[in-house]
Amino acid sequence: MYPIIRKRILNPTVIQMEIEAPLVARKARPGQFIILRVNEEGERIPLTIAGTNPEEGTVKIIFQVVGATTEALKHKEAGEAVQDFAGPLGMATETEGIERVCIVGGGVGCAIALPVAEAFHRQGAEVTSIIGFRNQDLLILEDEFKACSDELIVMTDDGSYGRHGNVTVPLKEMLEAGKPFDRIITIGPLIMMKFVVAAAKPFGVPVTVSMNPIMIDGTGMCGGCRITLNRNGERVTKFACVDGPDFDGYEIDFDEAMSRGRMYADFERQAYEETCNLFRQA
Amino acid sequence: MAVNPKKQAMPTQAPEVRAHNFQEVALGYTETMALEEASRCLNCKNRPCVAGCPVNIQIPDFISRIKQKDYEGAYQVIQQSSSLPAVCGRVCPQETQCEAQCTLLQRAKMEPVGIGRLERFVADWHSEHGQETDQVPPDNGHRVAVVGAGPSGLTCAGDLAKKGYRVTIYEALHTAGGVLVYGIPEFRLPKRIVAREVEGLKKLGVQMETNVIIGKTLTVDELFEMGFEAVFIGSGAGLPNFMNIPGEGLKGVYSANEYLTRSNLMKAYQEHPNTPIMKGGRVAVVGGGNVAMDAARTALRLGADKVYIIYRRSMEELPARREEVEHAEEEGIDFRLLCNPVRILGWENPENPRDPQNGCVRAIECVRMELGEPDASGRRRPVEIPGSDFTLEVDTVVMAIGTSPNPLIKKTTEGLEVNRRGGIIVTEDGLSSRAHVYAGGDAVTGAATVISAMGAGKTAAGAIDRELSGRAG
Repeated sequence: MYPIIRKRILNPTVIQMEIEAPLVARKARPGQFIILRVNEEGERIPLTIAGTNPEEGTVKIIFQVVGATTEALKHKEAGEAVQDFAGPLGMATETEGIERVCIVGGGVGCAIALPVAEAFHRQGAEVTSIIGFRNQDLLILEDEFKACSDELIVMTDDGSYGRHGNVTVPLKEMLEAGKPFDRIITIGPLIMMKFVVAAAKPFGVPVTVSMNPIMIDGTGMCGGCRITLNRNGERVTKFACVDGPDFDGYEIDFDEAMSRGRMYADFERQAYEETCNLFRQA
Repeated sequence: MAVNPKKQAMPTQAPEVRAHNFQEVALGYTETMALEEASRCLNCKNRPCVAGCPVNIQIPDFISRIKQKDYEGAYQVIQQSSSLPAVCGRVCPQETQCEAQCTLLQRAKMEPVGIGRLERFVADWHSEHGQETDQVPPDNGHRVAVVGAGPSGLTCAGDLAKKGYRVTIYEALHTAGGVLVYGIPEFRLPKRIVAREVEGLKKLGVQMETNVIIGKTLTVDELFEMGFEAVFIGSGAGLPNFMNIPGEGLKGVYSANEYLTRSNLMKAYQEHPNTPIMKGGRVAVVGGGNVAMDAARTALRLGADKVYIIYRRSMEELPARREEVEHAEEEGIDFRLLCNPVRILGWENPENPRDPQNGCVRAIECVRMELGEPDASGRRRPVEIPGSDFTLEVDTVVMAIGTSPNPLIKKTTEGLEVNRRGGIIVTEDGLSSRAHVYAGGDAVTGAATVISAMGAGKTAAGAIDRELSGRAG
């Protein structure tokens, strides 16, 4: 069992937890993820690491309540524990040699983008962060991003906070104004990342995308997380868990990834409703 | 007394019943059946069956004990050579190993002694009536780390623990057992049997650390820093192979590893699972090994209306265990032999791009094959018959065409040499290119059998003992 040391509600559906897992805390680097099970018989879900405290032996995760498992996790309090917590998995985000980076995060993806932005900031890179949310209520981690970014732009879809519009608007402006980015790193919903890639393409700036497909073991065994890349006219299969989760945004077959992501939509919706009902009755 | 030419038949659940449940298919011999079968053993002098066993179980000795109704004694004989008797009695391909060597086969129309069935009887008898000793063997002062709690790792750990080594097994998943829990289905190997074998190892003093991925959470070098004197890598065959044909990214296409892991390890077969799996409809399983049989029969039990096995060679070359093929046929699996998939077709609703069926599997297109000249493996090479394409309407496709060794350990262990396919290169003793690092099982050979992995674990345990027993503890 892995004790939950601290819990913080970031917004009505996004929760931060610090979980005691000393071996993972010691090894984890930005961009890597863990697999957890909330309880015995629970499903295995991948969550990207949002930070670590190696001295304390804790790993920070930030998750959005989207289904049965995250709903069950939401009801766990500090002092309780999760059944399983394994990692760090996947390859760390490549930061070497990058001096000017633009981090584009969307929604809960910002939680994963933050440690990446911090890593760049620590190595002295110029960090521009664009973070987008549906509305002001869903805004998270603004102060944290401010602390590690040379420039921070907050966007909301409805204009209730920051600038009105989606994250590609300021990105395009900056690229058109000739702002020299060595790399754009985008983490968020697939559709957002697809448009970030499309916005960057005319300018030829390399784009790294962080994929978060359906996964079971996370160690390369099941192949459920496979991603198709279009590389030099050929279709190449890669596994997000061992080859990723970061990939070259220009190569990703986003449409296939979005379709595969909806494979169990019906099951997930039903399981979510059942779980919510259980907690309501309790 | 004349020897009965036939093996005692194994009682099984009726095919029409078992095709709809996950309970064990083969029910096991009764005592009477076991005694009858044991009486067929000639107890011959040259004992060819022992040489046919990858872990050299003293087969005629345990069968003699059965004849004397000393079932616990029989168990002790098996246990000297095998850490997992209840598992092997169920999943070993005996027809190509011990039983293939049986002296009875030299006589006309004789079936070999049912060694596997007797082994299972003895193991099951022991679990019901036997006394476990809770004694941990005296500590010899040496520590060994084992990577992976599958058949090779469990065997290696068990053999070393019996000699007084302090062994820690590191397992990446949340449950010990490896392929025995994620791969082989409940109806062929009930999980309580694996759990019992693992408990037995713990009683010998073996430490089990789950959720630790060697190569990620800890490296092999760190294991040595932690004080382990030798490391055995039994991390299994990782990455599933795909055919690289169009349509493998469609919804409803699984690797056998994923399909079986969802059903077995994650219990998606149960009534209210937390992990989803596609159930029902029409299912095509591509491949002809034990894993393909397991996937096909799992599909049936999950409620499929129709299940195909698509295999590019003929029944003669089909590599699965004979009994599994027979069971699959009895259960109504449709074998499409000498066929090979060329692409998987998906649903596309031009009227509605948001139709949830879009991107789901609709059919699989195959081409017929014929057998040509033998290839490097000695099997006749299948050759496409041009223009013979046909399609099967299916909703789910499971690719059961093998796996490649997992790269995680290789990536983080300097000096660990692997072959072209990614398998760790080892000596006859299981020693890798790194001093004190041993390996065995699928991590070395690529996908093979449970018993060959156990044999490798055993060999390495012997070599580790020879290396360390000379040192001061």
